[in-house]
Amino acid sequence: MNKIHIQSKINGENIEFLCEPRQSLLEVLREDLGFTGSKEGCNDGNCGACSVIMNGILVDSCLVLAVEIQGKEITTVEGLATVDGLHPLQQKFLENASLQCGICTPGFLVAAKALLDQNPNPTEHEIRHWLAGNLCRCTGYDKIIRAVQDASAVMSKSA
Amino acid sequence: MSNNSGNGKYKIIGTRPIRHDGTEKVIGKAIYGADVRLSGMLHGQVLRSPHAHARIKSIDTSKAEALEGVRAVVTSDDLPKTNEDDMIDLGEGMTRLKYIRDNILASDKVLYRGHAVVGVAANNQQIADEALSLIEVEYEVLPPVVTVLDAMKDDAPLLHDTLTTDELGEQTDKKSNIAAHLQHKLGDPEKGFKDADIVIEHEFHTATVHQGYIEPHNGTAVWNPDGQLTIWTSTQGAFVVQKQAAAVLDHPISKVKVVPTEIGGGFGGKIPIYLEPVAALLSRKTGHPVKLLMTRAGVFEGTGPTPGSYVRLKLGADKSGKLVAGDCYLAFEAGAYPGSPMFCGCMCVFACYEIPNAIVNGYDVVVNKPKSAPYRAPGSTQVAFAIETMLDEIAEKLGMDAFEIRLLNAAKEGTRRVDDLVYPRIGCVETMEAGKASDHYNTPLEGPYRGRGVATGYWFNIGFKSCVTASVNEDGTVNLMEGSTDIGGSRTSIAMQFAEVLALPVEDVNPRVGDTGEIGYNDVTGGSRTTYATGYAAYNAAQDVKEQMIERAANHWELKADDVEFADEVFKNKKDSSKQLTFKELAKIASADDSPVIGKGSVNLGFNIGGSFATNIVDVEVDPETGKVTILRFTAIQDAGKAIHPSYVEGQMQGGSVQGIGWALNEEYFYNADGKMENSTFLDYRIPTALDIPMIETIIVEVPNPSHPYGVRGVGEANIAPPPAAITNAIYNALGVRFRELPMRPDRIIAALAAKREAEPLEAVAGS
Repeated sequence: MNKIHIQSKINGENIEFLCEPRQSLLEVLREDLGFTGSKEGCNDGNCGACSVIMNGILVDSCLVLAVEIQGKEITTVEGLATVDGLHPLQQKFLENASLQCGICTPGFLVAAKALLDQNPNPTEHEIRHWLAGNLCRCTGYDKIIRAVQDASAVMSKSA
Repeated sequence: MSNNSGNGKYKIIGTRPIRHDGTEKVIGKAIYGADVRLSGMLHGQVLRSPHAHARIKSIDTSKAEALEGVRAVVTSDDLPKTNEDDMIDLGEGMTRLKYIRDNILASDKVLYRGHAVVGVAANNQQIADEALSLIEVEYEVLPPVVTVLDAMKDDAPLLHDTLTTDELGEQTDKKSNIAAHLQHKLGDPEKGFKDADIVIEHEFHTATVHQGYIEPHNGTAVWNPDGQLTIWTSTQGAFVVQKQAAAVLDHPISKVKVVPTEIGGGFGGKIPIYLEPVAALLSRKTGHPVKLLMTRAGVFEGTGPTPGSYVRLKLGADKSGKLVAGDCYLAFEAGAYPGSPMFCGCMCVFACYEIPNAIVNGYDVVVNKPKSAPYRAPGSTQVAFAIETMLDEIAEKLGMDAFEIRLLNAAKEGTRRVDDLVYPRIGCVETMEAGKASDHYNTPLEGPYRGRGVATGYWFNIGFKSCVTASVNEDGTVNLMEGSTDIGGSRTSIAMQFAEVLALPVEDVNPRVGDTGEIGYNDVTGGSRTTYATGYAAYNAAQDVKEQMIERAANHWELKADDVEFADEVFKNKKDSSKQLTFKELAKIASADDSPVIGKGSVNLGFNIGGSFATNIVDVEVDPETGKVTILRFTAIQDAGKAIHPSYVEGQMQGGSVQGIGWALNEEYFYNADGKMENSTFLDYRIPTALDIPMIETIIVEVPNPSHPYGVRGVGEANIAPPPAAITNAIYNALGVRFRELPMRPDRIIAALAAKREAEPLEAVAGS
């Protein structure tokens, strides 16, 4: 199988790689590029554990072919924190005890970031609606929703 | 909502520190099972049975082996030969070794769709997947039996040629799908019913549901030429994987090391082993590390669901509402091999109440479904559904309030249970009283098609074995090594119990979950035991460290140990009150001048200690057009004994409640006539999403457990037992329709409403 050359920007860094046309973005991120923060829970777009942001749009990376990211910008969970510290969402997830096992956490963080990027002050219902594509089996969602609300408040204040 | 239970008595306990492993989990750096990468690693896949019940006539793997990039193929022939009668003890009683091995790789028969048959290792995942399609298995398809009542019939197809019923502890020679019949009896049930003023009896059915952890099973193995086998896996108990893998592979346990990775949920389902021995065999054949990852369909079709059940319950009460007699018949689907939590159902059905005359008959029945695995308070939810809805019915007949009837009958210290256990101090009454006094219960609910329900549930605490070690560093921080899988923040709750003894900042205690080569034996994270038992071991380790630090201080001051005390958070020279040392100061001195301080704690806390009760209040609204049930408000109340880290106690209560909501309304395995599961994706097996539920209000009750130094009761499980019953009662309150089958999915709601309209054409169904 001929591999295809892809140029992309992942978490702000220019990245080039070769991939097979059949490979999902999730597979390439995890197996070839070492971004194992994106998790595979179902590989059919139903759990959201592999959520990434592609040119500002929230996607399940298991449903995107790696070749589709040619020329695009991708943000994974590894791209949220900076050298200066955690993203407010990450900080609020910790303070609110919003994770138990933590396997869904990267997907929720990325999905919540995509929400706050376009709607900085969402209502509880808007948060629940937006995050309905991300499954969590441990928390009952309560503390996740509260963390997103808290992060929204902190980010609005500092904006 | 949440009450911060920190108090003046404690410095650390009851506070809400950020968990030690939190940062690496929110930045995506934590290593879960699927994230393991080793040099030269191969990838594998498992071929699973397309049939629910079939005899394997032949397996031809030659075409798969010929595919370029395929490195090895294994079948049950690669496992050690098993005699039919070989038994092993896996810590939960004796089990037939053949059952364990056959569930890893089927030998003579496949017993459920999704049963593992062949394992393949290849250069990459795609080649492994392709190889599966080249394997030819010839099956003689047999009729399946997938429900418990069908499987108990005399003419039912038999799953096992040699299985006979264990009848009240005696092995009979009757070949049957009924693996065991258990009975508990208390008082004189016959007389109790004769004397009762009210007697009601109903039948209940619950569907097969799955634990639904988001991380699929995984296993990576390296079998070195010297026979040393190392397994990386996400498991609830590394030592149980070690024990099971050694038994299945007939390999010395000292040659098996298990490294527990971070784990993406378990709820009981990650206690059994599935892929680990297959990865080990493939590694032995290839000389390379082999990683196996289960697909989501594999998880649904091949791993432990919780049993579907049939329960028939009869209750007798006097005119005051006091329960005088109970009779429960329950039959649980064990799945393909014996071993459902039937005995837990027998223990739990009457556990919340004082009933002087009671009898329980439980049946463990094999069916053509995956071997069931524990799921959060295994067996308790099924029976709570029965008794808690029938209690509601009795209360209605007598015009009693939901809490009035429960408090009248609530179990308390000294209550003798049907299985003959006499309760120590428990918090059943207190959780009910907290519910009765709650803002939720005292806020009226109005509007059509709306209703409120209440229910209570129980789960015991397993104690079992735990140990930890604690090394004091020169800067006064402590490395705390433990062996309990951290599945929801327990590293921190264990570290907090250690820190409390020595008044250390919890950030100065660095907890780590060790592998089987680094720490002594620990039982599984399960049975609500980890914060309780491993926390107890950490408490003991801290006491040990304290004693050793006192010796170091005595050496420094050239005193006897008796002349030094640890008080007011410092080590004090009793001979000279001007001399005292903080833990940090002493650690520095001791590390320079004395031998290293390493403390240990080791406990074996047995069975059935403490126990936790959970009560729910739930408000629902039913859409009569669509049959959808909306949860308007939900309050979870639970006795934590002492909440070490209240946020994680609340998290357990909220998570268990929402799993219970899913069990009540949405979740079930659908089987077609051939016994094939037809909804093995998260799209069709629908667990609750964030949009399906409101905030889950929590009330932590603290009735200290007399058998723990801080009074801890395990809180992981009781919370899943009451929700289906509470929701059923709320739906009855809304519609006047009582459901006795789970889940209460929309089509059943609509059908019940239609039937009610037919029966009572002139009456408004609800909201009047």
